[in-house]
Amino acid sequence: MSAPFAFTLALGDDALIAAQRLAEWSTRAPEMEEDIALANIALDQLGAARLLLTYAGELEGAGRDEDALAFLRDDREFRNCLLVELPNGDFAVTMAKLLALSAYQLPLYTALAGCADERLAAIGGKARKESAYHLDHAALWVKRLGDGTEESHRRMQAGVDQVWPYVHELFAAQPEAPIDPATLRGDFDATVAAVLAEATLAVPQSGWAPAGGRDGVHTEHLSYLLAEMQVLHRAHPGARW
Amino acid sequence: MSERTERTGASDPSPLWEVFVRARRGLAHSHVGSLHAPDAEVALRHARDLYTRRQEGVSIWVVPASAITASSPDEKDAFFDPAADKVYRHPTFYEVPEGVAHL
Repeated sequence: MSAPFAFTLALGDDALIAAQRLAEWSTRAPEMEEDIALANIALDQLGAARLLLTYAGELEGAGRDEDALAFLRDDREFRNCLLVELPNGDFAVTMAKLLALSAYQLPLYTALAGCADERLAAIGGKARKESAYHLDHAALWVKRLGDGTEESHRRMQAGVDQVWPYVHELFAAQPEAPIDPATLRGDFDATVAAVLAEATLAVPQSGWAPAGGRDGVHTEHLSYLLAEMQVLHRAHPGARW
Repeated sequence: MSERTERTGASDPSPLWEVFVRARRGLAHSHVGSLHAPDAEVALRHARDLYTRRQEGVSIWVVPASAITASSPDEKDAFFDPAADKVYRHPTFYEVPEGVAHL
């Protein structure tokens, strides 16, 4: 697997799986307005996933398009980080996940926008504005829940604590990649620390750091997600609306 | 004389907000609808998602619905009918001189 292909595929898979998870909130969000906001964010992620997977297919040169990559791979062939496949949990857990994901995607896409690869630069340029909005949305809720009632504070801190071990995988060094994620960690830490401080939440201690997503070794949650996401395409190959 | 949207008080975690959108520079903000949100900042974000999805605007205002004082439908006659027979309020009594453009 070439480095640019692996890198682009991983980013596309992050966005695709994040989109699928967020879409699970549709009709279930705390209020109708938030329902639409989460669906919007999910669609932004899906849009980025389509561009990234299409380009990944071209880099691979084996004739796979976005649909082949999204719907015809099994869990061991997915390269997304574990963070995005974790169950949604309660609203606080989802916001903690979105905060971590967008605080990682924003500097990543911003760096991509200036990279040598024109296609990745164009995708980065488009996606970074969306990521900035996702970060804004997540930060807004983390601050309100963290600095809210005793119960909302407790649950928001629990959400951040639950998600934290999974952020380390995002920044594993990839020296061969167009952008080495390890160089983004400082940016991420500064962004998240500022949000958590305003939310009166503690930055969790870093210890256990599960990984494996980039090698196709996933949690048990991914297969169930894929089953739901892929069933239609697999039952009716090439089906169109 | 007027009716005020019932105040739900601080106990309501997600009160109603009225949304105004300016379609483009030079136009006034127009009322487009309402939404629920816990505070002004969230209301603004929700308004962006709900009412400017298709590039409908360049500026958004959100106003607590409880801050709006509205005329009452019951007093429609007293409020608006007296203007009906005052034709002199319409600028129809002036002769426009020849050659005046842009009027």
